[in-house]
Amino acid sequence: MFEFCANPENLSEFSWLSCYLTTPKHMNLFYSVGTVLLLLLITAPTALLFGFGGAVMARSKIFLIRLTGNGYISIVRGVPDIAFFLFFVIAIDQLLEWTRHKILCPEWSEPIRQGNDFVVCTAAKLPLSSSPQWIHEVYGFLLAVFTFAIVFGAFAANILYGAMRAVPKTQIETAVSFGMTERQVFRRILVPQMWIFALPGLGNLWMILIKATPLLFLLGVEDIVYWARELGGTKTAKFTSYPHGDWRVWYFLGLLIFYLAFTRASELVIDTLMRTLSRGAATLGGDLQRHVGR
Amino acid sequence: MSCLDIIADYGLRSIGLGERLLPRSDFTLCHQFTLIGSGMIWNIYFGTLALTSGFILATLLALGKASKNFYLRKLSGWFIFIFRGSPLFIQFFFAYFLFLSLKQSFTFLSPLTSAWAGALFVLFCNTAAYSGEIFYGALQAIPKSDLEAADAYGMSGFSRFRRIVWPTMLRLAWPAYTNEAIFLFHATTLVFFSSFPAWQQRGDALYYANYFADKTFNPFIPYPILAGYFIFLTLILIGLFGLANRKLNIHLPKDKHTKIKFRIRLIR
Repeated sequence: MFEFCANPENLSEFSWLSCYLTTPKHMNLFYSVGTVLLLLLITAPTALLFGFGGAVMARSKIFLIRLTGNGYISIVRGVPDIAFFLFFVIAIDQLLEWTRHKILCPEWSEPIRQGNDFVVCTAAKLPLSSSPQWIHEVYGFLLAVFTFAIVFGAFAANILYGAMRAVPKTQIETAVSFGMTERQVFRRILVPQMWIFALPGLGNLWMILIKATPLLFLLGVEDIVYWARELGGTKTAKFTSYPHGDWRVWYFLGLLIFYLAFTRASELVIDTLMRTLSRGAATLGGDLQRHVGR
Repeated sequence: MSCLDIIADYGLRSIGLGERLLPRSDFTLCHQFTLIGSGMIWNIYFGTLALTSGFILATLLALGKASKNFYLRKLSGWFIFIFRGSPLFIQFFFAYFLFLSLKQSFTFLSPLTSAWAGALFVLFCNTAAYSGEIFYGALQAIPKSDLEAADAYGMSGFSRFRRIVWPTMLRLAWPAYTNEAIFLFHATTLVFFSSFPAWQQRGDALYYANYFADKTFNPFIPYPILAGYFIFLTLILIGLFGLANRKLNIHLPKDKHTKIKFRIRLIR
């Protein structure tokens, strides 16, 4: 990257390190930090959406919908999350390919499951085997995002369900006595007021989501864990101009510090947000602020 | 081959007894049930040992964080922060590579590079940090009147701690601690996916479930089996901790018992 990097053998320690850390391969590591942030950025709203849907379903008056909602919320309990991650990635992939196979190749007569193989016609493959590498990567990433959203959606649903029940009954009753319909009560009273009750739980969930991002590695995405292992391994002078021993422990120390800083920063932001939102709310936090006179 | 034969061959496969080769074709339901169940031995091993040893350190950490001594407070605070603030998955990787490089200079540390000791050590620290924070919260919530009553009886120092502070802390923390225990058992599934080698393919339940899913390319059988095992384990844990909860609350009228509510907390 820098000009003095042209000949790395006769560099002093600091400039050697600055050259080493800016090799094209290391850029991949930095890009993968972007991947993690992108995952968080997409997953958080998607999971919230899933959670909202789940919570509304769990409150439904129709038994079957309520059962589905409650089932969705409680299925992720009692089972290790990582099993879900490993399961959903294959399951969704097969579901998509199976559906495409049924639509695109109706004349296909052989069974899809042949012993230990899952065979669909070439046109139904996802992504198509002729498509370029980046489509494969994006597809893998999207599968991972969707999986994260399903699992975390269930947790968000649980939090939002609790928050909806925490909205004071009197507020709802007042709205009803004003002649609002059920829809209006939901939109104008329940949903705006539930956030303050949901925020502690959602904040907690956000921290958990951050700490779950390394699991991308298990879903086959080339994320920071992947690159830390790749770059940290022993390099001999034969293949690189920056030979070094086994540095994986340093790379993972770096990741550890990255995550510590990230969770700490989030914690501070959530605390501030909580204080801002409690202002004027009919909760203990809001009451405390009123009494202090802020 | 009948199912009993398969159980005899693979029932203890995860600890190296019985058939050496894993099945390579013709996977039956019995194969999957047996091997995944055999892997549960590891999950129970990690979970139980980490929980019991972590309990002691957690108590010390909680006391340290609440102590008047500046250094003790900072030390336990940082320990808890580091293990709670970073993903367990990264901790496993870091610890494994750390032990690997330490092994070069200190040969007596070589067991730590294998899962049975190294991963157990990480889980021990991790659960100690999480439970330490729970216990610290409970310690802060001990009613002042209880302590004043203890003072009035002339208790002080260790006897006050053993008879009043500690039981009250446990009673208050127990519901949260139950959840911590459940999630610790769930976290044990990460061990063999984070560099710790499954020596001679002796892995845990998820390791075998993943093996079957890879071989058959059908996730719809092994993962639900694994889920079933874990739900069963979770129910047993809730039962055991419920018994302990009853013991802790035995002096209170029945409606005052703190109920154990299963609250979710997913990844560490």
